[in-house]
Amino acid sequence: MMDSNELSCKEVVELVTDYIEQALLPEMRTKVDEHLTNCPSCALYYMQVQQTIAALRTLTNEAVFPETREELLQQFRQLREE
Amino acid sequence: MADKDSMVVADELLLLERLRMGDEVAFIRLLDLHSPSMIRLAIVYVTNRGIAEEVVQDTWLGVLRGLDRFEGRSSLKTWIFHILINIAKTRCQREGRCVPFSSLSEAELDFSEPTVVTSRFWPPNTPYEGSWISFPHRWEENPEKHLLSQEAQACLHKAINELLPRQKVIITLRDIEGLTAHEVCSLLQITEANQRVLLHRARAYVRRALEHYFDEKDV
Repeated sequence: MMDSNELSCKEVVELVTDYIEQALLPEMRTKVDEHLTNCPSCALYYMQVQQTIAALRTLTNEAVFPETREELLQQFRQLREE
Repeated sequence: MADKDSMVVADELLLLERLRMGDEVAFIRLLDLHSPSMIRLAIVYVTNRGIAEEVVQDTWLGVLRGLDRFEGRSSLKTWIFHILINIAKTRCQREGRCVPFSSLSEAELDFSEPTVVTSRFWPPNTPYEGSWISFPHRWEENPEKHLLSQEAQACLHKAINELLPRQKVIITLRDIEGLTAHEVCSLLQITEANQRVLLHRARAYVRRALEHYFDEKDV
């Protein structure tokens, strides 16, 4: 049976972003810490959110086409003359 | 990561100096450095790649014309994005194909809607109320490595594309482009709290997409 003071898993998954952003009040932050320490499933969920963020960071960008570059370079040269 | 960031900043300030002096090489380097991100962001607003490229071109012109005004109070990238967003919004309105940004829809701000579906937890009035029934399971021994694959990246791109516009912008700026919460709030004129709600929903959605992706790999 759960102490009404403790957070449930359902609550913790909704607090994950505030937790990562350090936007939780200290008391709440401690509760989330405790839950993550004691609940392997939520700890895994939290880790997966972190992995998601890390994966997003690596998304490769499409290169800019050479024609666009050339046009921009022309405009740069023009502006330089002004 | 901090060292890399400060190196990048120093490098950029140097490029800016050379740019102000009319150095073409510096301009090309900045173009290559930032244009891909700019196109990605522009597409979120104007949806069409061709128009996005025009927006990016106009942005570079705005950047070049406004160089003297850049005081370095924000990062160069944030400043460029600021110009870009204004141009994109104007273009949007002109084209009449605006992605709805002007006001946050209720759906986007609905706090009460959970990001993990309720059926994954024990319901109220059961002994384990609120605990997982349908546990998250490990994605693989080494998901980090796998997540770099083309397949995984395609999955990520698809998930991001499916997000509501505001969520798409937020996750793009925060998690893909690495802007801080403060920078994003300033760029988009939203509160930190609203920004977090949007980010929360966006990240949960993308995480779920990855979960499905790894589920299918296991089969």
